[in-house]
Amino acid sequence: MKKKSSRIVMIIGSLMLLLVFMFPLWSITLEAPQFPEGINMYIWVNQITGDTESTLQNMNILNHYIGMQKIEPDSIPELQYFPYVIILMSALGVLFGLFGNRKTFIIWAIILIILGILGVYDFYMWEYDYGHNLDPRAPIKVPGMVYQPPLFGSEYLLNFRAISYPALGSLFLGGSILFSGLAFFMSKEKKEIKDEKAA
Amino acid sequence: MKTKLFLILALALSIVLTGCDSDGGKGSKAGMIGSNAAEKVYVAPGEHDEFYAFLSGGFSGQVSVYGLPSGRLFKVIPVFSQDGEKGYGYNEETKPMLETSHGFVPWDDSHHPELSQTDGVPDGRFLFINGNNTPRIAKIDLRTFETTEIIEIPNSAGNHSSPFTTENSEYLVAGTRFSIPITETDVSVKEYAEKFQGMLTFVSVSPDEVGDMEIDFQILMPGFDYDLAHSGKGPSHGWTFFTTYNTEKASTMKEVNASQNDKDFIAAVNWKKAQEYIKAGKFHTMPSNYLNNEYSDHTHMATSKKMTSTRVLIPSECPGLVYYLPTPKSPHGVDVDPSGEYIVGNGKLSADLTVHSYSKMIKAIEAKAFEKEIDGIPVLKYDQVVAGVVEKPGLGPLHTEFDGKGFAYTTFFISSEVVKWKLGTWEIVDRIPSYYSVGHLMIPGGDSRKPWGKYLVSLNKITKDRYLPTGPELAHSAQLYDISGDKMELLLDFPTIGEPHYAQAIAADVIKDKSLKYYKLDDNKHPYAVKNEKDTRVERKGNEVHVYLTTIRSHFSPDWIEGVKLGDVVYFHLTNLEQDWDVPHGFAIKGANNAELLVMPGQTETLKWIPKSVGMFPMYCTDFCSALHQEMQGYVRVHPANANVKLSWGLGENETQGK
Repeated sequence: MKKKSSRIVMIIGSLMLLLVFMFPLWSITLEAPQFPEGINMYIWVNQITGDTESTLQNMNILNHYIGMQKIEPDSIPELQYFPYVIILMSALGVLFGLFGNRKTFIIWAIILIILGILGVYDFYMWEYDYGHNLDPRAPIKVPGMVYQPPLFGSEYLLNFRAISYPALGSLFLGGSILFSGLAFFMSKEKKEIKDEKAA
Repeated sequence: MKTKLFLILALALSIVLTGCDSDGGKGSKAGMIGSNAAEKVYVAPGEHDEFYAFLSGGFSGQVSVYGLPSGRLFKVIPVFSQDGEKGYGYNEETKPMLETSHGFVPWDDSHHPELSQTDGVPDGRFLFINGNNTPRIAKIDLRTFETTEIIEIPNSAGNHSSPFTTENSEYLVAGTRFSIPITETDVSVKEYAEKFQGMLTFVSVSPDEVGDMEIDFQILMPGFDYDLAHSGKGPSHGWTFFTTYNTEKASTMKEVNASQNDKDFIAAVNWKKAQEYIKAGKFHTMPSNYLNNEYSDHTHMATSKKMTSTRVLIPSECPGLVYYLPTPKSPHGVDVDPSGEYIVGNGKLSADLTVHSYSKMIKAIEAKAFEKEIDGIPVLKYDQVVAGVVEKPGLGPLHTEFDGKGFAYTTFFISSEVVKWKLGTWEIVDRIPSYYSVGHLMIPGGDSRKPWGKYLVSLNKITKDRYLPTGPELAHSAQLYDISGDKMELLLDFPTIGEPHYAQAIAADVIKDKSLKYYKLDDNKHPYAVKNEKDTRVERKGNEVHVYLTTIRSHFSPDWIEGVKLGDVVYFHLTNLEQDWDVPHGFAIKGANNAELLVMPGQTETLKWIPKSVGMFPMYCTDFCSALHQEMQGYVRVHPANANVKLSWGLGENETQGK
């Protein structure tokens, strides 16, 4: 019975991973007095969106004054192949849930953790590139100023306060890791109980 | 003679009354102002007002939008007059809005704003307003606060009793203040009594989101002056009431000759009956030339439709269509209370205020209690229709509005005051001075079934010493009163644009969330729109040069053009590529004989420009759009007429040569 429930938990965790297609992983908000509603940008596993269809255009218009490159989701390769990685991982997790053992549960969790760390590192590198690699002919140049938004937390970049935090999608990714770990421990508990009985 | 004497007496009396009123007179210019008045009108920075108020611009031809209770001005909506600020009536797209059967008429006298209604309550879809001089009705869409339709009223002259909606905006009305020979022929003014007639027009409004206006029918009436109107509500829904003066049919020196009769009339028109007669085919088709101009939010252009006939009903052929209610004396406003039972006739030269009863009117019609007939229109017996009289309320009553709590408020021009009285008992309960000589008054929803009976605005004709002097020409004024308690209390005094005749107001919540932030570029169907910079170009068609121009912070594309020759007519078709809230771009070019363009995000507008000399002509953005606004500029080179040059244009490193 218990073993079955750990498999269910593993499968739930694997399927939960698919929720990153329904919720963004990260959100970056820009605040300034003349933007009372804030400018909200959302980074997904497969797209970059804003509160309206034109948020990216508006963000790019503001960024061009300081020589920042245009954010063009079509030219970011990660957004093309990350979705396949997620689908693959989810399918693998379900397979492990159905046919695997507790070892495969923890392997899956570790792979996901590594992928997560790599993803955050990749995101950081993009932020670094946008923030540092500026057009030398930009109309507004502030000596010594770079415009890399924070990964986690808030920071003032000229007139804007940039606020960056993980969004709901990341929570579900973390949930997937947690559930697979839970499945791992649940299956262990079961063994111990068996041992007690044997003794 | 009698009237002159009356007026002199009235003026004398008003001086006496003012003299007695030591409290509001000399002592303090603020009058009876409460100590906490400032608190009641203070809307903190960043906070929103409770009501939108729409004030007519009178001889400015426009509508101004204020917040209440703060009295802050938000926008002046161009309606009947060209407006260089917004390019309205100057750019190619909006020129057709001001076309009439008399050609381009770039000015009018706008009197009475009227909110569209559903079930007798303002619904926040549209605001309508009449043009008095060249008879027209305009419609303003309250999603965009822009004028989106103007319909001309044919066979009319002086569209004063207009637009005054019915309970579900089935109809707007348009009664003529001037009777004229119909159809227009070469007639002497001395033949007024025999040959002049007045027309009452019913304009239908489609119940969809377009609110399309059409002239449904007209009623040919005796040659009186049709002054103001209001439609029935609740039980009296289906009727519209029009005041008349000059029932004497005078054609000259009207201030005396049109003030002789003890009683003039309120014309009660049964428009549901009119619909039956139209259905039964009892109308005459009259050749009538008029224009119907419509503006589209998709093409961002106005188009004019020529109309050629109207359906006219003649009361003598249509029994039950119109009745006259005798009303003393040159009644100005006619106002129907929220219940729909009481019809107040504000007899401006009368010492008393007459209130008719709708239910008594219906009984009198059934009993055929007629005093006489005029051109087939039965005149009901005065004592059979009158509900009550407010005795000696003041001098020169003009207009009445209601608070929905059983009270009516009437303005008195000569005695310069607002008087509060009780419906049913006709007793006066309060009076308060206005500064000075109040015309219309407005309670938010005060002419509807459900007034928001919290504030009252008086719209005053004379200002004199109320504000810092500005030479001989002074602003008209509006005063805000708190009417939530037993006593009216003056809160605020603010200057207005043009002459605010009537006004309307509505709870801000009904409208504010529907307000459009920008036009979607994808929905832009303007034939000269360009959706991205790659498609911007310059084309020559004979001596016409079409510039497909775009704006985005902070540049034009293209920002230089060469190859325009003297004798060319240049059309700048400017599309604003922005898709954000509050980022309009302006466009101006040296020597343009019209105005600027002010283009909202996602919109396309066209400026026509005929250069008059060879040289380099700068163009620039006129609306401070961004940090690099001052750099948002460019050049157009004009060559001699015989120059052998091709069009060329560019932006940055991009450069294109035309054919």
